[in-house]
Amino acid sequence: MKTWKTSALAVAAAVGMTAVTAVEARDQIRIVGSSTVYPFASYVVEEFGATTNFQTPVIESTGSGGGLRLFCEGVGVNTPDITNASRRMKPSEFDRCMDNGVTDVTEAMIGSDGIVIAQSADNEKLDLTLEHILLAVAAQVPQNGEMVDNPYTNWNQIDSSLPDRRIEILGPPTTSGTRDAFEELAMEKVSAKYGFPEEYTDIRADGVYVDSGENDNLIVQRIRENKDAMGVFGYSFLTENADTLNAASIDGVEPTVGNISRGDYPVARSLWFYIKEAHEGVVPGIDEYVSLFMDDIMIGEDGLLIDEGLIPLPAAEAAEWRDRVANRVNVERSDLE
Amino acid sequence: MQRRLTGSANDPRIKARYRGERRFKAYTVTALFVAFAIIVAFFTDIISQGYSAFYRTEINVTLDYNERAERIGRFALAEDMREIVSRGAVRSIPLDIRNNPELAGTTRQEWVPTYSRVDQYFKGNEELPPEMAAQVEELKEAGVIRTTFNWAFFTSGDSKLPELAGIFSAMVGSIFVLFVTLIFAFPIGVMSAIYLEEFAPDNKLTQLIEVNINNLAAVPSIIFGLLGLAVFINTFGAPRSSAVVGGLTLGLMTLPIIIISTRAALRAVPDPIRLGAFAMGCSRWQVVRDHVLPLSLPGILTGTIIGLAQAMGETAPLIIVGMIAYIPEAPGSIFESATVLPAQIFTWASEPRKAFVEKTAAGIIVLLAVLLTLNAAAVFLRRKFERRW
Repeated sequence: MKTWKTSALAVAAAVGMTAVTAVEARDQIRIVGSSTVYPFASYVVEEFGATTNFQTPVIESTGSGGGLRLFCEGVGVNTPDITNASRRMKPSEFDRCMDNGVTDVTEAMIGSDGIVIAQSADNEKLDLTLEHILLAVAAQVPQNGEMVDNPYTNWNQIDSSLPDRRIEILGPPTTSGTRDAFEELAMEKVSAKYGFPEEYTDIRADGVYVDSGENDNLIVQRIRENKDAMGVFGYSFLTENADTLNAASIDGVEPTVGNISRGDYPVARSLWFYIKEAHEGVVPGIDEYVSLFMDDIMIGEDGLLIDEGLIPLPAAEAAEWRDRVANRVNVERSDLE
Repeated sequence: MQRRLTGSANDPRIKARYRGERRFKAYTVTALFVAFAIIVAFFTDIISQGYSAFYRTEINVTLDYNERAERIGRFALAEDMREIVSRGAVRSIPLDIRNNPELAGTTRQEWVPTYSRVDQYFKGNEELPPEMAAQVEELKEAGVIRTTFNWAFFTSGDSKLPELAGIFSAMVGSIFVLFVTLIFAFPIGVMSAIYLEEFAPDNKLTQLIEVNINNLAAVPSIIFGLLGLAVFINTFGAPRSSAVVGGLTLGLMTLPIIIISTRAALRAVPDPIRLGAFAMGCSRWQVVRDHVLPLSLPGILTGTIIGLAQAMGETAPLIIVGMIAYIPEAPGSIFESATVLPAQIFTWASEPRKAFVEKTAAGIIVLLAVLLTLNAAAVFLRRKFERRW
């Protein structure tokens, strides 16, 4: 029993020692970032692992902001090599990168993601405008030059052409990147146009807009059962459930691959990833991984990621980004402002 | 005047008391029934969604390692098969040829998994375009398509292709994490408990420690995740997402549980045994080693197993230390990035592909089976070795 205990202690000590030394070398790419880009990036990661002799990279879903925070922490093997983002890097994040010595960063745009407003297919399709959506979800709305608490409870109160149906919107919570994008694209950008004070992004909290969790599958399930409700979620969940759901057109534009890709559909955002150039040549395989991601096989119009719900860039734009990435053009602060 | 002390059955007050008792009994039975119904509904739902993940559809195809297949694996298949066969079965062909050049120019006949939508079609979960449906039905008639037990679910790691996704890497991750938890928490927990119970004087300091340990057991697990991030990753520089970090974090969480259950087990050993040993001239260390510890070991092990079972199902602290990651290959050591079973279930639950619904449920079934086994082991140990005085 005595020897057993001594050896257990020795093992525990050894475990502790190696934990400290194990981080000094790394031959596995580390990727962090957006949960929206995660399904696409992990697809590429798996493909990369299966079709090359490199180790399969580790990819962690931390959210766009969380990813950029880890990415900009500095240069060195205990920081990530690549971060994904469902929005462009902010100038403040760029500054932080620079301050921490992450000076050479390549930016890559891979495609877009649409945010759809959908309902159970048992309902008749809706044609909404951004104004309808804004008036339905805003905490306060302008009336006679004054901001009052949102009085709308039924869609036809907003516009008589809409059905007499209770407004009930199930959407992502504030921690979600989809929510950020929805607030920015469907509210902030258009609020001034419809008589709101500038850049209005407050979503009502009187039970009409229901935070329904980060998991878009839950929103899909709930609007399938609750026929009155509308759901706000990513385009890939719509294609996968096209048999049971229908999506509203916004400002007369249907959420289709073509419309989102061309930028006609108003509630769409671009997807990005950022490469830490200082790690190239130190961590093996970064160049090959990036080339595979940017390849037509993945993000081209018939690429594998399109089946997964990615909206491809128009061909010319895709070629331009492929060039920029291949030449490792550094992102400049002026690009981001 | 005689007062009746014992009431007859006809006494209205007695009747009221009996009625009250019957009513109360009915409430308790209802509560039990509700709890039972919830469990039955839960299991029925999970099993009915998940059982189909345990078998899969396979197709017998000829793989032709021709020149075009050296660049794109899909060309190893006959043209009419390319849509039906899983991409995962052919995508590594160019690499295989590069690594083993003698394969070039050969052909082989193999059972490979079908594309997930074909698999889901045969399971009745998804529709296929009519032409494709007709084609696969024909192949099934001809015996080219078969349904077999899905071993791959247990032998392969996560995949974005639902037909290939399995729990192997998550299982290995869970085992590594629990191993680290055990190595870390068991000796420290048991030693602390022995000191507190057998050696420590009863003073203000030990009372304070005791209160704190009881409090620690009730701290939400996510706090331990933050502690793990701050201490193990940021201070000691242990590799993020690795089993060692996850295991140590869960070890912190399990420590108070082990201490508390060990102390209870030690306390259950009657004092006369200690006093008898002292009377024979044993030192305190001899008393603990030869008498108290062997007698309380079943209780200690039971507590440890229950603590580990709780750690096994834990997700929140592991999110913080980066274990909700995409890990298709099983980790080779406790320092490599790993994921665990509950994290795997969490990842699958947020996949857009419908085919992952059955995977999610199947993952839950496996996790429940493991937890039930652990708890059964705890019950068995207790029953088998428990001594009453």
